[in-house]
Amino acid sequence: MAEFFSTYLPSWLAQLVTGLIQCVILLHVPLVGAMFFVWVERKAAARIQDRLGPTRVGGMFGWLQLLADGLKLLTKEDLRPQEADAMLFRLAPYVGFCASFTVFLALPFSDGWVVQWLDVGVFFILAVLGLEVFGVILAGWASASKWSLFGAMREAAQVVSYEVPLGMCVVVPVMIAGTMDLVAIGRMQEGLFTNWFIFHDPFTFVIFFVYFTCGIASVNRAPFDLAEAESELVAGFHTEYSGFRWLIFYMAEYGSMFIVSGLAAILFFGGWNGPIPLADLLGLTDANGELAGYLGRFLGMLNFVFKSVLGVTVMIWVRWTVPRLRIDQVMTMCLKYCTPIAAVMFLGATLWTYTFPGGVTGLRGTPYGTVRGVSAQRVELSDLTPATEDAEGAAGEGSDNKPAEEHAGDVAAAAADGEAAAASTPSGPLSIATFASSRARSR
Amino acid sequence: MATQTGTAFADDPRIIEYDVRTDEMLINMGPQHPSTHGVLRLVLRTDGEIVSEAVPHIGYLHRCAEKIGENLAPRQFVPYTDRMDYLAGMNMNLGWALAVEKLMNLEIPEKAKHLRVIIAEMNRIASHLVGMGTYGLDLGSFSPFLYAFREREKILDLFEEACGARLTYSYLTVGGATHDLPATWLEKCEAFLDQLLPVITEYHTLLTTNAIFVRRAANIGVMSAATAIDFGCTGPVLRGSGVDQDLRRDGEQWYTEMYDGYAFEVIVEKDGHYPKDHEYPAIPKTAVLGDCWHRFYVRMLEVIQSIDLVRQAIDRYRTATGSHCVPVKLNQKLPKGEAYLETECPKGQMGFFIVSRGEAIPWRVRARSSCFSNLSVTHELCRGCLLADVPAIVGSLDIVMGEIDR
Repeated sequence: MAEFFSTYLPSWLAQLVTGLIQCVILLHVPLVGAMFFVWVERKAAARIQDRLGPTRVGGMFGWLQLLADGLKLLTKEDLRPQEADAMLFRLAPYVGFCASFTVFLALPFSDGWVVQWLDVGVFFILAVLGLEVFGVILAGWASASKWSLFGAMREAAQVVSYEVPLGMCVVVPVMIAGTMDLVAIGRMQEGLFTNWFIFHDPFTFVIFFVYFTCGIASVNRAPFDLAEAESELVAGFHTEYSGFRWLIFYMAEYGSMFIVSGLAAILFFGGWNGPIPLADLLGLTDANGELAGYLGRFLGMLNFVFKSVLGVTVMIWVRWTVPRLRIDQVMTMCLKYCTPIAAVMFLGATLWTYTFPGGVTGLRGTPYGTVRGVSAQRVELSDLTPATEDAEGAAGEGSDNKPAEEHAGDVAAAAADGEAAAASTPSGPLSIATFASSRARSR
Repeated sequence: MATQTGTAFADDPRIIEYDVRTDEMLINMGPQHPSTHGVLRLVLRTDGEIVSEAVPHIGYLHRCAEKIGENLAPRQFVPYTDRMDYLAGMNMNLGWALAVEKLMNLEIPEKAKHLRVIIAEMNRIASHLVGMGTYGLDLGSFSPFLYAFREREKILDLFEEACGARLTYSYLTVGGATHDLPATWLEKCEAFLDQLLPVITEYHTLLTTNAIFVRRAANIGVMSAATAIDFGCTGPVLRGSGVDQDLRRDGEQWYTEMYDGYAFEVIVEKDGHYPKDHEYPAIPKTAVLGDCWHRFYVRMLEVIQSIDLVRQAIDRYRTATGSHCVPVKLNQKLPKGEAYLETECPKGQMGFFIVSRGEAIPWRVRARSSCFSNLSVTHELCRGCLLADVPAIVGSLDIVMGEIDR
């Protein structure tokens, strides 16, 4: 897009305009997403509770309910307690929302479809997501309400504690992939669903559940929603908020939920790669033209969004099923269970990757990014050269891509033949990473 | 707000501070708090999350019910009893009616007695369902609340069919009941009971045996039998502490004759077990007799017990002779004297005291509220617990403010 604008505008302005347009488009993801999730939550909760939920607004399924909700909230009076710190009180929702929104910048929705392609995407997401707690603490402090303060203190204690196991869980797929680049991590899981990192080894399988638990805790969803525990703290940190400011807190929460499940989808469930490489089988790759590649990536985005929404739905399901934990139990869970389990799993995954660099079973024998037969066929179509040779060629072609570019040439040969590499790959993670990235499609 | 910078004592060399000095915080829980079951106000003295003191303040729902009773004929006072424990209006009606009948020495027909058992036990089920649902709500689990209300709704439908009202029934009145049960009501009731029994098992999986629920309720708010007796706790709260008392068995003859010949066992723990006539989950290892979990569990078992009692009562009602009531005139003079009768209501022992000077309108009316006594133990149980335990403890007492404030 920047190139398009730079034909008419000076380059700095083109960059600025591009950035603004991307921001505006991206802003709709958490906003519309939040509204959609509010509707999903209301519907799912209603079904779980043997009710119908919204049925009237907008005809079928009450799908316009979200708009009615939004309108209602917008027209509500923007109340502020007299004792409240006016500036901080007004600022707090935006701090929370900005943190949640900024994360979307680094979240790839499909292969290469990411606003800001970062080498350290995982790190960035975790770091910025952790900033959301500031909004909550500010809100709790500035409200001048004791209940809000309780909520804020709980949130601070909880989120800061859960950063530790959450980080450790995220490190495992990063370690297996050998990169923090989310696009590269996603590409490594191409092919059949057996290539997904959750099925990489028993440790990643376990750690996914630890990750999901910690993720729920870090976005303050039940049973860890202590910061807004309505039976104890009235509404916790947003007790004093009303109308639009309250709505912003809500959007931030749903945005964070989406991010946590999206991150889980990329790190453990292959991101935009479906259980079977449908786009490849249909020939929707860059090799068959730009439109085909675009369609393939669009399918990938649907995959990714589906997985993320599924994760959010599970969170909703959990919320409406189980009671809430107590603060000491939440901390116990973090420090006595989640952190040690994550540490042990990390160690286990390390040893596993060291011992079986190419995997143990026949299925695992192929390097990431290939499916026996399918991959060979696809490459054959694209390059019209024998399957064993083309990876090298692809590496040369694709080396203008961002991740791990410098390794591409020298390890590509080792990883070139999928079948052979199973037995003899010298260094698992490195070769795997570079192999996949060498096959990276153009951005 | 909670912390204080150490300037005040900084000059005093004798005081050595090892830690951040913190202040206690007084915090009002209620009267508009989501989990104080109405308009209860608890003043909590907290140190961080730890509650050092919880003082209940009551009176926000005071409506002078007893004084009104001194200006109305007993039958006219029945609607006011509905509004005491509004979740178990039938039981309130029954307690008042029995007290007045005791004063008048009025024997009611066999059929009316069995009808009263059916209705009172059905309302006990409804009340315990609400108690169970709201307890889940207090612990942050929303869905069981609605499941419980779904079942309660069916009971209310039955009551509506019987008397026309869904909450404030005024159905059981002095002399029996206002109407006889309509045709096919018993069949509907039986169908409902058949449907309810398996549902209870679902509630056990959702709450009673749920790992988080057990963590939140077991070994929290432990009340010894001695404490329970000292504070005058009654009902499931008392039985949850292991005291074997149930007025349906141990009460006055005037009340217990309603239950003569009924087979039922008082729900109380004996040697680590509850009486078994149904498939119940086991008591978790962490649960201690007298904790929130036991109080909750006693209620769950009483639902099953009441189902059994209603079934027995239906059988008896079908073959019973007599009418559903003996007519009592509105201006009928009450005999001189006084009468006090306690009945086993869902929340505990509810007593009505009535003094007459020989007029149609009683000279003095007084109610002994079970929830009032049950609530008084809050202070004792909440000392040193965590903030999140306060709703858990208050919820396990299953109070209704309408009854406390009257």
